[in-house]
Amino acid sequence: MKAMRRRFPYWLLARRSVQLAVLAAFMYELPGLGRVVTGNLASSTWFGQLQLTDPFVALQALLAGQALGAAALIGALVVAVAYAALGGRIYCAWICPINLLTDLAHWLRTRLGVRRHVPVSRHVRYGVLAAAVCASAAGSTLAWEIVNPITLLQRELMFGVSSGSWLLVVLFLFDLLYSRRGWCGHLCPVGAFYALLGRFGRLQVGASGMGERSASVRACPEPQVLAPIVSGQAEAVRSGECMRCGACMDANPSAGLGMRVRIVARPRIPPA
Amino acid sequence: MVPPPTDPVPAPGVSPRRQAFRRVARALGGVMIATLAARGLLGARPARAAHMLRPPGALPDADFDARCIRCGLCVQGCPFDILKLADWDDPAPIGTPFFVARQDPCRMCADLPCVRACPSGALDPLLVDVREADMGVAVLVGHESCLNYKGLSCGVCVRVCPVRGEAIALREIVRNGAVIRVPTVNTDQCTGCGSCEKHCVLSHAAIRVLPRALGIGRSGANAAGRGGVR
Repeated sequence: MKAMRRRFPYWLLARRSVQLAVLAAFMYELPGLGRVVTGNLASSTWFGQLQLTDPFVALQALLAGQALGAAALIGALVVAVAYAALGGRIYCAWICPINLLTDLAHWLRTRLGVRRHVPVSRHVRYGVLAAAVCASAAGSTLAWEIVNPITLLQRELMFGVSSGSWLLVVLFLFDLLYSRRGWCGHLCPVGAFYALLGRFGRLQVGASGMGERSASVRACPEPQVLAPIVSGQAEAVRSGECMRCGACMDANPSAGLGMRVRIVARPRIPPA
Repeated sequence: MVPPPTDPVPAPGVSPRRQAFRRVARALGGVMIATLAARGLLGARPARAAHMLRPPGALPDADFDARCIRCGLCVQGCPFDILKLADWDDPAPIGTPFFVARQDPCRMCADLPCVRACPSGALDPLLVDVREADMGVAVLVGHESCLNYKGLSCGVCVRVCPVRGEAIALREIVRNGAVIRVPTVNTDQCTGCGSCEKHCVLSHAAIRVLPRALGIGRSGANAAGRGGVR
């Protein structure tokens, strides 16, 4: 087999641009646009008009026994419908700032050659999600928001507080030294929530032809989702755990993979 | 790389149905234990400290804690930058907004931008008149050090009050044959904005905003009775 040419990682570049633009929009006045957004990723107002709310945060508040205000509820509905239609974990790969941290840890891991990997079941995140949901109801508060690193990081960046930094450091070191893709792939209940919400999302990675896909599987942060394609059992990734990050296509542009909106499932392409 | 199976190798002869049953039971058990642990830790979080004042229109503590979605829109809505979001080391639920009167009091904007920015209703949208706000109540806690009490003429706390003459006034009382003019709070009118606390000239404010439950008494008989020590 001839050596594959390393191609320019277009998907990664696009993803990082969106991630950093969102993070910057929350923190700074953007040149030419001014203040685009106020609030944080729990709930925010875009362009002074559009209210968006994280549906998982809203769910916790509802379970804590409070009828939310209309603005927050409608905002949660808008976000939920969008992610349900496209694919929930798009949030994880394209928006969530913690992904920057964990991807950095993973990159360092490979550069430093860290071998240690404590295997954690990928199902644990659903357990954490269930516990967060139950604890919100039992404790009449937003249980996950006490430790949620996403808003924690945003508060630290936007308001210059730092007492929660140790949590982010622990998270980073955990991913770096102990468990490959430990946080985002195995533990985070926000990702688990979006995986369930976006289970039937129509923006899908699928087989667009034939190709050598081992590099794609190695690059994928959730490689189990590619199994049905690699084995030829399915024509597109159906799992909600797919982050639509495009790493599979960056890894080998000739792998015969493409991402597009699939309204109806097409007959599968038989394996070579 | 698919993670290794988490199940122990089943004993020969264990039916797949029983295996599945065990898996579900184990998962439910794990979730239950995690929930109990989280519930216990939630109960151990400190309650909001008395000096951490909520923005105008904030619901009672328990409701606020369950409804506020920790988004910080009120913080950014405040034109005077007095609000902050509680962090790990602040004695209030993490991510909820507060201000400290002695550092920076609420300016009582007539149009209530913080309340209008709140999407969740944790700051009650029905509050339209800022004078109806109840962030706490000012209490003269330092009689011994208050200059007016000492017979001097200070009255800063009265002069800086946004609800001047109604929420706080100098009341003349006669003490040891001399007239002193004592800062006296009308708790019905006081919104707890903290201007008096901020501007008290002493090194430690003699007048402070306290949560209403801590700050005022109520007439009626003591439920503990007057039986004395039994």
